[in-house]
Amino acid sequence: MSDLGTDFRLDFSETPLLKKGVSKYHIAAIIGIPLAAILFQVYVPRFFERLSYLELPLLVTVYFSLMRRSPVAGVLFGAGIGLAQDSLSHNPLGMFGIVKTLVGYFAAQMSQRFDVQNAGVRLVLGFFFCFFHQFFYWVLGRALLGEALDLDLQTTLLVAVLNALVAVPLFHILDRLKVTD
Amino acid sequence: MEFFLNRYRNLTVLLVAIVAQLLLLAYQVKSNGEVRLIRVWAVSAVTPLARVIEAGRSGTVHFVRDYFVLLNVRQENQRLKSELDRTKMDNQYLRAELSTADRAESLAIFQQQSPSKTIAAHVIGNTTGVGAKVVIVDRGTGSGVQKGMAVITPDGIVGKVTAAYPTASFVLLITDPSFAAGVISQKNHVHGTLKGQGYSTVIVDYVQNEQKVEPGEQFFTSGDDRIFPKGLPVGETTVVREGKSYKEIFVTPSGLQNGLEEVLIVTEGVHVPIPEAQPTSQTVHLQEPPPAESSDASTIDGAPDQVPAQAPAQPPTQSGPLTTDADRLVDQYRKIGQAEKHIYGQSAGGAPNFNINLNPRPADVVPLPPGAQNPASPGAPSSASPPAPSPAPPPPAPAAKNPGAKRP
Repeated sequence: MSDLGTDFRLDFSETPLLKKGVSKYHIAAIIGIPLAAILFQVYVPRFFERLSYLELPLLVTVYFSLMRRSPVAGVLFGAGIGLAQDSLSHNPLGMFGIVKTLVGYFAAQMSQRFDVQNAGVRLVLGFFFCFFHQFFYWVLGRALLGEALDLDLQTTLLVAVLNALVAVPLFHILDRLKVTD
Repeated sequence: MEFFLNRYRNLTVLLVAIVAQLLLLAYQVKSNGEVRLIRVWAVSAVTPLARVIEAGRSGTVHFVRDYFVLLNVRQENQRLKSELDRTKMDNQYLRAELSTADRAESLAIFQQQSPSKTIAAHVIGNTTGVGAKVVIVDRGTGSGVQKGMAVITPDGIVGKVTAAYPTASFVLLITDPSFAAGVISQKNHVHGTLKGQGYSTVIVDYVQNEQKVEPGEQFFTSGDDRIFPKGLPVGETTVVREGKSYKEIFVTPSGLQNGLEEVLIVTEGVHVPIPEAQPTSQTVHLQEPPPAESSDASTIDGAPDQVPAQAPAQPPTQSGPLTTDADRLVDQYRKIGQAEKHIYGQSAGGAPNFNINLNPRPADVVPLPPGAQNPASPGAPSSASPPAPSPAPPPPAPAAKNPGAKRP
């Protein structure tokens, strides 16, 4: 078993992709971008109601988790952004937190297996994580809070596609905030 | 242990984060409480930024609007005289000021006139919940806002405060699916429970199918929920149909129709009665009641002008409104009693002569002896000397029943 685990780590943790692909960001960007994303979700849908479907905090979580390539960092990003989002909703704290923690973790795990600089990969991952986020939030709402939430599959898929389409240019813009050694 | 943690570090961190949040969630659900500290931090961190952005947005909008106004004025300057331009610019400016101040002014007027004590608040953002209809207002516990207070506009109710923080509060709108309030219909005073549906219309539930609610009828708060004072407008009924056990009543909320920028938070509510429904039909004209029968009898022969001259002693008098035949009969008996000097129930000699003619016609008057002046004859100085009133009218002639036979 231990040999298998060692091989697994060698196979995936020692790849050049993981070694060279870790991105670093200024602390102001790490704090400011999620805050701006949450602020966007709080403020902008007042004037453009359709934009409430845009899950910028989720996209930011996915982006930082993908680029840091560290599951621990992904978990912390996801939990932090999710709890901040929770505290500005009227739901109990932890709903968004748990979902985004899982998103951050799995996004970081994915980043160790794919080339996350590729726009196509980003599009697919954006779609997948948006759908995962909506679906898991619905599951948690029903299972933990007993809320009678509706999951319209068609709408959820459409929202996931829209968010994925936004994710590609957004990730490209955020790439410019990387700190080079 | 150290080896285990190092090897499964990622999974361990994930599990710790998930379990911690699950415990947090369980605590909140179990105790029905909230983790106030974290929320206060988040709201305190976000609301100042939201205020700054809102100020920047409104400033930019005003700047752009002013720019276009000035641009128009500049174009006008090229075509018109400068004095006229200046007047137009002043006019434009005042109009813009008026339209800007209009909403705030109406709110202030309502605030002054409302018996409830309210404070004005500005909507600065939405919350982040999925499908939730919750907005953030810029008044919190520092301004006296408390959880559970009603939020209204001059047009109707808006929602209720679900959480109050030092600088801001969360307001659950009446369109949210978790919102409920007691309401009463204006016309038939039917009680029900207002519920949000997640979109623009709301429903009134728990109204029996037998109860009467009409489309177009207004609903008001009933005060039963201990949140909204009684008598606040809620909205107009758009659709009413029979349900399985309760009516399905859809109401368009009146408080959200004109956008949601400024609201009033009711700090001390005062119940007011439900205003009466305006009558839908127009006013109906009622004719005056018909005159008394005695006067009818005098005019039926077509010679009413002769009656005062011939029988001034007993002008038709009416002691009050004679609306029924019984009233007119009693009045006639009273007059006969006066003419006969008979007091009903006291005078001896039985009943008076009920056949007496109270309004003798010229044909019924006894002819005057030769030489006597007839006050009604032409050329006689009758107008100078009024006829002497006769205390008792002459006994009725048999022909009095058919006066037309004696007419010339």
